[in-house]
Formats: sequence, C-alpha cells, structure tokens
Amino acid sequence: MRRIFGVAAVALTAALTLSGCGGSDPLSTTASAAPSASGSGDAAAAKVVVGSFNFPESVLLASIYAQALQAKGVTVEEKPNIGSREVVYDQVKSGGLTVLPEYAGSLLAFVDKSSTARTKDEILSGLKAKLPPELEILEPAAAEDNNSLTVTKATADKYKLTSIEDLAKVAKDFVVGGPPEFKQRQEENFKTVYGLEFKQWKPTGDTTADAIKSGTVQVGNVFTTDPKIVLNDLVPLQDNKNAFGSENVTPLVYKAGVNDTVTSTLNAVSAKLDTETLVGLMKRIAVDKDDPPVVAKDWLTQNGLL
Amino acid sequence: MNQEPLVRWDWIARNWANGGPTAISALLENHVVMAFLPVLFGLVVALPLGLACVRWRWLYQPTAALMNVTYSLPSLVLFSIFLSVTGLTRSTVVIPLTFFALAVLIPAVVDGLASVPDPVRQSAVAMGFRPVRRLLRVELPVAVPVVLAGLRVATVSSISLVSVGALIGQGGLGNLFIDGWQRQFYTPIVVGIVLIVLLAVLADGLLVLAQRLLTPWSRARRTA
Amino acid sequence: MNFLTDFFGDSSHWSGPDGIPVRLLEHLEFSAAAFVVAALIAVPLGMLIGHTGRGALLVVVAANAARALPTLGLLVLVVLLAGVGTVLPVLIPLIVLAVPPILVNTYEGVRGVDADLRDAAYGMGLRGRQVLFQTLTPVALPLILLGLRLAAIQVVSTATVAAFVGLGGLGRFIIDGLATKTYADVIGGAVLVAALALAVQFAFLLLDRVAVSPGVRQVR
Repeated sequence: MRRIFGVAAVALTAALTLSGCGGSDPLSTTASAAPSASGSGDAAAAKVVVGSFNFPESVLLASIYAQALQAKGVTVEEKPNIGSREVVYDQVKSGGLTVLPEYAGSLLAFVDKSSTARTKDEILSGLKAKLPPELEILEPAAAEDNNSLTVTKATADKYKLTSIEDLAKVAKDFVVGGPPEFKQRQEENFKTVYGLEFKQWKPTGDTTADAIKSGTVQVGNVFTTDPKIVLNDLVPLQDNKNAFGSENVTPLVYKAGVNDTVTSTLNAVSAKLDTETLVGLMKRIAVDKDDPPVVAKDWLTQNGLL
Repeated sequence: MNQEPLVRWDWIARNWANGGPTAISALLENHVVMAFLPVLFGLVVALPLGLACVRWRWLYQPTAALMNVTYSLPSLVLFSIFLSVTGLTRSTVVIPLTFFALAVLIPAVVDGLASVPDPVRQSAVAMGFRPVRRLLRVELPVAVPVVLAGLRVATVSSISLVSVGALIGQGGLGNLFIDGWQRQFYTPIVVGIVLIVLLAVLADGLLVLAQRLLTPWSRARRTA
Repeated sequence: MNFLTDFFGDSSHWSGPDGIPVRLLEHLEFSAAAFVVAALIAVPLGMLIGHTGRGALLVVVAANAARALPTLGLLVLVVLLAGVGTVLPVLIPLIVLAVPPILVNTYEGVRGVDADLRDAAYGMGLRGRQVLFQTLTPVALPLILLGLRLAAIQVVSTATVAAFVGLGGLGRFIIDGLATKTYADVIGGAVLVAALALAVQFAFLLLDRVAVSPGVRQVR
C-alpha cells in the first residue's frame, strides 16, 4: 500500500508540476481582455490578444500586427490558426480576441447577409453601420486578398474565358471547388450578379489549386495572393461585375480592449501594406517555406515599423 | 514543384523555441498537458466508478454501453460539441479526451478487480481484513497489471488523439500538421509525428516501470 | 433534438452527390478497404508469431508504437507525398491504425491457448500447421474477433478525417458543418458515424456468436 501511495504521490506531483509549467490554468475559460479605459490614456494597457484564421496568410498578418504592437510596448498574446470566420468572429465579439486581421468585403457579407455593397467605400460604410457596438474596424490597407474563380490556362483558352461573365455561359457543365464555406456564401451571389450556376460544388479546401490543375474540378476559388496561381500558370477570371466586392485587409478590434497606441500602430501598418507586398510575402512563406514570424519581422523592419 | 526535402533541419532548429506560441517546444508542452490531464482525471474517476460497478453489478451493463458509444464517436465530433461550451481553450480537448480515457479505464478497473482470484480474496477475509483494507492491501495491488495495461492504452491513445484538436486550433503538436498541409511543407508534419511517437513510447515505458515497481512479486516471472 | 430533425428531415440531404447515402457508401468503402487490408496483414502475422513464439517482443513493441502514430499527421503526409485526389493515400493511415489491435489480440489469443491443449494436439499426431489451424485458431477465435471488432470500430470512427483532405465520407458533414457553423450537419454526421460503428459492433458480436465453437464459449 505504501508503495502504491508512493507512486501515486510522485505521479500527482508530476502532474501538478507539468500543469504548472503550462503557465495558465488549464481549465480557465478564454482569457477575456479586461476592458481598459478606452480612448484616453495608454498607461498599463491590458493584454491584447491577436487571433488569426486557419490559413497561412492570416497567420502572417496576425504576426505582423502582433510584432508591431510589441515593438510599441503593448503586451500581446497570439492565438493563431483558430478556424474559419464562423468560429472566430464570436471570439472577437465576446472580447476573447482583441484584434483580428479581417477582409472587409467578407466581413460585411458575414455581418449583414443582405448587403449589396460592392465598392470599397460602400463596404466600409456598411461595416461602420452594421458592426455591433463592441466592435469596430480600423483603417483598411490597400492590400487585398480576394476570392476568385480560377481556371487552368488550357480551360481559359478552350472556352475563351477572360471574365466571370464569360464563365457564366459554360458554368452549368463545370464542377467548382473551394473551401467548405464557399457554396454557402456565394451560390446566391453568383446567381444574382452573373446568372451563374454550377453543375456541382465540391469542397476541396486547401487542395483547390491542385484540384483545378489535376482536373478534379474545372474551376475553383483560389485566393488572389496565393503563389500557386503563378506557379501553376492558373488564370483567375476577371470579376467584371464585382461579385466578390473588395477585400481590403482591415483590423477588426474589440473596442474595450484597445487604446490609442494600439489603434495608431495598426493604422501605421495598414498604411504600408499593399497587394504586391502581400503576394511577395506569401511567396516567401508558401514556396520558400520561410517562417511567418520571420517574414513578418523582416517586412516590419524594412518599413521602419519595428 | 521544386524538390522539397522530407526534413529541413534548419527549420527545426529555428522553430524549436522561437518565443512564440507556434514554437515546437511550446506546442510540445501544450500537447503533454492536454494528453496527461485526461488520463489523470480518467483514472481518478474510473477508480470509484469501477469499484461501484463491481460492488453493484447492475451498474456495469449501462456503464459499459455508454462507454462503448462514447468510444465510437470520432474525437473531432466531441471537440466541436465542446467548442460551444468551453471555447478556444485546452479544456475543449481535455474534457472529451477524459471521456475516451474513461471508456478504456473503467473496463480496466472492473476487469482488474474481477481478475483477483477468489482464493486470494477469501484468504484476506479469513485473515480478518475489513472491506476497505482488503481493497487497498489485496485487491487493488493484484488488479494493478490489468489496470495498468488499460492505463497504457489510454495514455497512448490520448497522446495520439490530442493532435486531432488541431482542427479547432488546439492540437498541441498537431498544429504542425495543419501548417505543413497548408504550405505543402513536409518538415513540420514529420517533426509532429516523430515527437508524438517518442512521447508515447516514453510514457508507455514509464508506465511499464511503474508496473514493475508496484508489483514486485511478479519480477520472478517475465512481464510481457 | 432540433438538429437531428433539421438534418435528417431535410430531403435534399438524402439525394445527390452530397447526400447521406452517397457519403455513407464512400465512408463504408474506405473503411472496409482499410480494414480488410489490415486484417490480411495482421491476422496471419499474429498467428505466425503466436504459434512460433519468435519475434514476439519486437512485434508487440512495434504495434504499441504504431498505436501512437497520429492519424491526422500520417494522412496529411501521405497525401502530400502521393498527391491529392485519389483515395489510396487515405487508406494507409487507416491501415496503420487497424493493424495493432488485430495483431496484438491475434497474437495474445494464439499464444494464450492452454499449453495442455497444445500438447494434446501434438500428442494426437497433428503437425505444426494442423495444430495451428485445427486447434489453436478455434480456441483463439474470441480474442481474434475482439481484435477485429476493435479495429473495425476505430477505422469507421477515424475515417471521418478523410474529409480534411478533400475526400468524401461522413466526415464531410462534420468538417463542412464546422466550417459553416451548421451544427445540424455536425450532429447529424456524428450520429451517422456512431450508428455505423454500433452496427459494425453488432455485426461482430453476431459473428462471434456464430463462429466461435460452443465448446470454447463455455470455457470463457
């Protein structure tokens, strides 16, 4: 019996020590940012939690925001790779996340499903009106990462496709691929704007570019900053009727968790971020296999933001 | 595609402890906690529950049935159900994994106690041992090999299943799989797999050692 | 409860390439394929090791280590190496998952047969292979079937991750449901997987009833 107690005691101690090593209480609920006095004063700002969606570009943007903030003395916790917007948005709304790099158009479509805003300005004012009072968006960056309907060069040549309008004529024989949320978000939209209907929607997720290349799907949603477009000679069709709106990279923040320092730092970052830059950074991450925090740091340093 | 090597050692060196939450060492630590706690909690709950099932036989059928159903549910499903309850924290992984551990440990405790040979139990009674003392001094020690076998299975499963939590952002080393997948980058995936297996082998080894220590009378025989 | 009626009550869920019947069939296909291959590998191997006693330690250690291999990680690695689109790379992690329980239980079953029985068989003039097939295997059958049952349930349950790499199966409802926050799909998919696993369990228990000789069953 003594032996059993001995071993049990050692095991228990080990368990407690290990969980102690973890730092935070393993059973604590999401760390909600303590609402600091927003607006005035930035002394002793509470911890800012920067989250990201579950794809590398979002992780990169979150890292850029996080490091820029840290350079200005803000205490930051990063929570990368959480999930899709449907999961992450609730976290920002409740204050579990303080900052999230968002895409203006998609965010508006998410918050207001009936929105018909298409241009950047329409979208931004739509957001200002429709976001709940706890949240707000900061200055948008020029950088955009938009949805697309992309085909192989062969397909484009064969059916003489340059724009989505062209695609609408042949789409009913096409199988389209994209992330799981693609159908739900865009089916109605395509029908309304282009009269576009597809034969079948396949959830190809992260393998969409490969699926297009291999012919599993004839057309798919490859995001416009994805290096695979150039690497595989794929052709994103022109969105001439603006079905996808504009998708400027914009920080979404939980108002009570941010102060002036945070806001001005993030705005400074957005001012320097354009699409060409983003494509270049993504190439480093996806093709050269460089680490997102390093890529972020290099860019921030080059632009004097670190 | 360019020739991507299976393992880029420099990546490992750089990312072992880069200070951020995606550092391999941070993920490893997270993984250990998320794997270890369910087994610990599972054991703490399985012991009294298993005892109850032995004492009151009618409890065992429904309990076993419930365990069966739980075990056949994909871990991903349980994680997503708890997501709405415990949010984006380790608990969302720990709680379901505790259920999985229970599914293995309760039968192990019951079988272990049932494996105590009647003559042994009877001689303990004859020697004047009261029920509690009999349990602690005779029955549980004899049950140790079976319980420990269950503990080993539960531990190894737990360590492996934590990685599925990556699909909700809480996968410990499993997060490396998602990163590798998205960038078509083999190294993080290989590192994740190797570390998980090493962790499991280490834990298994420690449990075998514990068994040797707890059952000195079996050292004469070769333990499997 | 609403989730269940939403999911199963929606008639569009019952037809088409995304419908329940198609997904169920896909799921069964890869589960069955992986299970059969695993059984074809592990049962003979387990019997061989149990009968000859050689290589036991190595194999048991390997099986335990294989149990630790994370299915998601293997899945992703194999698909990246082999290419997207075919079902074949998905089978490998599932086979790796199924082999250990079958192997270990088969080996334990054959090895655990009472030494007296084995001696009696040899005494009756039976030779090696005859001893194995006519005596050891029937007695070991309950454990072999247990291993097969455990493996089958695990494969059916874990095959849900195939959806992560863009394939079909019941995991599609779960992963897509998670991404679009359509919890009805998640719960519906879960119920289907659980039901399938229970059906498999039931089938094996039935098999056990039928295949295990009454003489062996009485001893248990």
